Amino acid sequence: MPHSSDTHKGPLGIMLSNLQITYLQGHEAIVDKLSMDVPPGQWTCLLGPSGGGKSTLLKFLAGLLDDQVLWSGELNIYPDSASLKSQVAYMAQQDLLLPWLTVLDNVLLSRKFADTASGKAEHEGVIEQAKILLEQVGLAEHEQQFPQQLSGGMRQRVALARTLMQDKGVILMDEPFSALDAVTRHRLQTLAYELLADKTVILVTHDPLEAIRLAHNMYIFKGRPSRVEALSVPINPPPREYDGECANLQQRIMTLLQSAMKGGLQ
Amino acid sequence: MSDFSPLDPASHRANLVMARSTAPLSKFLTGLGCFLFILLLWQILVSALALPNFILPGPMEVLEKLFQRYDVLLKHTLVTAQEIIYGLILGLTMGLFFALQMLFFKPLKRWLLPILIVSQAIPVFALAPILMLWLGYGMASKILMAAIIIFFPVTTCCYDGLRNTPQGYLDLVQTMGASKWQRLRYVQWPASLPTLASGVRIAVVIAPIGAIAGEWVGSSEGLGYLMLQANARMMVDEMFAALFILSGLSVTLYFVSDFLLKRYIHW
Repeated sequence: MPHSSDTHKGPLGIMLSNLQITYLQGHEAIVDKLSMDVPPGQWTCLLGPSGGGKSTLLKFLAGLLDDQVLWSGELNIYPDSASLKSQVAYMAQQDLLLPWLTVLDNVLLSRKFADTASGKAEHEGVIEQAKILLEQVGLAEHEQQFPQQLSGGMRQRVALARTLMQDKGVILMDEPFSALDAVTRHRLQTLAYELLADKTVILVTHDPLEAIRLAHNMYIFKGRPSRVEALSVPINPPPREYDGECANLQQRIMTLLQSAMKGGLQ
Repeated sequence: MSDFSPLDPASHRANLVMARSTAPLSKFLTGLGCFLFILLLWQILVSALALPNFILPGPMEVLEKLFQRYDVLLKHTLVTAQEIIYGLILGLTMGLFFALQMLFFKPLKRWLLPILIVSQAIPVFALAPILMLWLGYGMASKILMAAIIIFFPVTTCCYDGLRNTPQGYLDLVQTMGASKWQRLRYVQWPASLPTLASGVRIAVVIAPIGAIAGEWVGSSEGLGYLMLQANARMMVDEMFAALFILSGLSVTLYFVSDFLLKRYIHW
């Protein structure tokens, strides 16, 4: 497929070392001396208090802050060192479905921006692909509806299909499940985990349980400017069932988060 | 694995359409009732005070005049309607153009905004004689009057709509690699349409004011001209007939555009 020649070559890993990010208008750094390894094909969860720089880091990686921040440190992508910006898909807390497009057209949104020559030639195939994705997220019969006609959980599933349609190696998620009720959230986590199996995922979350359930790697943001600390996760692979080990880990995370918040308040 | 009872998309859409089509009907009936009530009050007023018909003719007399002089009225109505429609098109185009310029060339905004405000600070009635002088007694001056009077609301609404696109949408399409032009076409423009629609609703209501004011200042045809002539000859019933048509025209224009806007801008 010509359009994906520069994008999808299997999952990518990201290595950050000594990263410092400062807003152009801001006085002090948002994150400082941040070192983090995001291995390819795994879920890396970022925990921490609000305003702790998690979302900033995610937006920075998505290339959304290019003209708003100064940064220093090292940002390496492996196996190849292409530009990260063309390799990421972004999923936010709001589903960000465009209300004037049908569900199907929302899934197809990224293809409107693909270069037109190759985009037209495979138009039919692309629509087929979008329909298959909608089927995978269980919304095949809703493809002609508008987002306003769907529930929050369904909308976030459309957003997931749209993200998959972008076919990028790195998926950046900023609390995409947080606005959902517990059962829907649990289902959507499982679904996302299955469908994003061969992707590198960075998930920002407020919810220790979500991180415990999904993470291969876990980092906690603390202090101001933020630094990160790696946490060990249970050995068994995600998505995990909740057990005693998870409960212990959750307790430890809560303690860390509380001390991180105190640090933030000082 | 649907979260909700499966919805048949077709029937769901049908429901939406139903909801859309019943609401305007009841609205229409309410409006009609209101209108008839006013006619009744009018008639009572005329009968009770025994007003002579050169002060206030009764509704029946006006209606009679409407039928009697329909050929003359129709001719002038068509002129005014054209002035209003062309004025709307011109004003909307200018408004959109200015709004896009302000969006794309930020420094230009500093220059355009004063012009915009000045165009609003000069009462359009005061401009009318000058426009007559420049553009003559024909339609052009009235079209420009109507355009000027709607220019400000259209421009501000359109600019506000374009500027206030939710940041999340912009972030999303930026990560998808959209160009500036694609961003405008696929996100900012559709996102601005509901705000722009309120601008159009206002414009449709006030554009006739511009056209009529232009006709009053100097013209050889149009409902405003007809009213002036009728006034000079104390044909009050004909004045009212023209006034009646004029308000009918405005109301129709409003409801047609409102219907179309609601139908095509459903978000």
